[in-house]
Amino acid sequence: MQKFTVHSGIVATLDRANVDTDQIIPKQFLKRIERTGFGQFLFYDWRFQDDGTTPNPDFELNHPQVEGASILVARQNFGSGSSREHAVWALDDYGFRAVIAPSFADIFFNNCFKNGLLPIVLPEAQVEQIFQRAAEHAPYTLTVDLENHLVRDEDGLKLSFEVDASRRHNLLHGLDDIAQTLQHEEKISQYEAARSW
Amino acid sequence: MLEKIWDEHVVQAPADGPTILYIDLHLVHEVTSPQAFEGLRLAGRSVRRTERTIATPDHNVPTTDRSLPIADPISRKQIETLRANCSEFGVTLFDIGDVRQGIVHVIGPENGYTQPGMTIVCGDSHTATHGAFGSLAFGIGTSEVEHVLATQTLRQFKPKTFELNVDGELPRGVTAKDMILYLIGSLGTAGGTGYVLEYTGECVRAMTMEERMTVCNMSIEAGARAGMIAPDQTTFDYLRGLPQVPTAFDEAVERWKQLPSDPGAVYDRSNSYQGKDIAPQVTWGTNPGQVRSIDDQIPSPGDFSDATEQKSTSNALEYMDLKAGTPIHDIPIQRVFIGSCTNARIEDLRAAASVVRGHRVNSDVNAMVVPGSGKVKRQAEEEGLDRIFKESGFDWREAGCSMCLAMNPDKLAPGERCASTSNRNFEGRQGKGGRTHLVSPAMAAAAAVAGHFVDIRGWNFSE
Repeated sequence: MQKFTVHSGIVATLDRANVDTDQIIPKQFLKRIERTGFGQFLFYDWRFQDDGTTPNPDFELNHPQVEGASILVARQNFGSGSSREHAVWALDDYGFRAVIAPSFADIFFNNCFKNGLLPIVLPEAQVEQIFQRAAEHAPYTLTVDLENHLVRDEDGLKLSFEVDASRRHNLLHGLDDIAQTLQHEEKISQYEAARSW
Repeated sequence: MLEKIWDEHVVQAPADGPTILYIDLHLVHEVTSPQAFEGLRLAGRSVRRTERTIATPDHNVPTTDRSLPIADPISRKQIETLRANCSEFGVTLFDIGDVRQGIVHVIGPENGYTQPGMTIVCGDSHTATHGAFGSLAFGIGTSEVEHVLATQTLRQFKPKTFELNVDGELPRGVTAKDMILYLIGSLGTAGGTGYVLEYTGECVRAMTMEERMTVCNMSIEAGARAGMIAPDQTTFDYLRGLPQVPTAFDEAVERWKQLPSDPGAVYDRSNSYQGKDIAPQVTWGTNPGQVRSIDDQIPSPGDFSDATEQKSTSNALEYMDLKAGTPIHDIPIQRVFIGSCTNARIEDLRAAASVVRGHRVNSDVNAMVVPGSGKVKRQAEEEGLDRIFKESGFDWREAGCSMCLAMNPDKLAPGERCASTSNRNFEGRQGKGGRTHLVSPAMAAAAAVAGHFVDIRGWNFSE
């Protein structure tokens, strides 16, 4: 898994709540059997016009000021609905390294950590502050510092966020969950031997 | 109850970080598993417990003639990949053509794989369905699918508990689907985030197992990864005699009787509702929390105080092409879908058939029934339900997820409006530009006949 330590990048804002994983990556693209190549289909129905290829100029990610954005900021309950990890793969493949929102859906939140994409929960008022600054200063850049639990900009904004210590450790070092669990293989075998099914 | 199941499955609980939790049953389908099997292959790992792993293709499968090859080459490849992976890793597969094939959340329970007290996972958010048996069941991503295949465990943080108590009785015509839509409407789509929902109260106790599955199935639509209902005599009666239940069944029942929460158990949160307050429900927006009673009207953004909610409402009304103030029963529909892991079991089909018996599907409506599994289809045909549907103008299909998520050829055309018994009314879920209204099977069947929503409580049932 790719590591996450400190990342600076352009912010794209998505002023919507309850962005579900069906919107992040529509189902017709779930038929691929690889983990890669999903970025071209990210937010497909919003990003493109009905012909499926012409960019929709009204959609936030198509604004020229956010070209190359790597930090996505959205409203509450981001990533709701389907468990499809393809949503995280699509965000990652498109170039996003972090998503900031007041709240996330559980499965999506979990899936992010398995892929080196950092989901950051900030209070609504602080998310609103980022929305406003991004609107005023496009292109707007943020730095996400996982080592120090900080989101900051070049104009003195400094917001601290919380992240579970074990998840943080895994992201900082790019550790693979399965390899870690298999270090406890003996415990699993003992558990299986002791259980009476 | 969560506590008891959790403690029973702890392999290791480090002081800092997630618990390593043992998984009793892992259900696998074609969409969220190929990358997981590929991960195993690349790392030279095997499936740790093949006997605890069951696979079936459901999301992509066509619901038309099964003797023909799958027309979409990418869908075909995904299903062939599942077949090859199951054969390579030694996983049991209920393939197309096997009567046991079907929606993964239908076949687990109907074959007795799903049992009280188990931990059950699947790379699918509707895994909560299995919680109806008093198991801890939740959806996972593909990385976690790979983790379970390799280790038969998951790293999990213990969720909090949220009791939803529904006392009294549901009025006649009001179903489990209406109850869960009503609860989601009350909680909102994120109200259950971080919790396991436990449904309690007289209304829940009075439900059949299939009704309980409908309720637990949609827990994720309130943001909860899992929903559960304590096992009782209804649960044990349902399970007795199913193919995969323990041979020492009575002993198992004695064990399962210990699972329900002890009297006076404390939940992190509790809400109470009265069954009599619930009417047949119809969603009007683009998430399942945007729901109202059949005798209600489409809301306006001004009905909400929160700015985000107002914006969501106006976005939803625009996408759904609805005007605030329109009575819900005046909304015309063009399509009806009876199916999905929420409502494609035999009782759902019986309920819908009893509504359409003696009636014709409206000439402006295209309606289909997709049974949840090969077994449900066979049972329905033995009872003659297929004839009732076909005579009234419904399409009668083969088992699968079908137009719940429209990965196969069953989908809405842009602008088409559908009364659907499925679980998600997200934008484009049933086809780009399609407009979904979630309802119970009886309400969907009545809408098929009338061509618009009608209150099932006043329906003219013919004998």
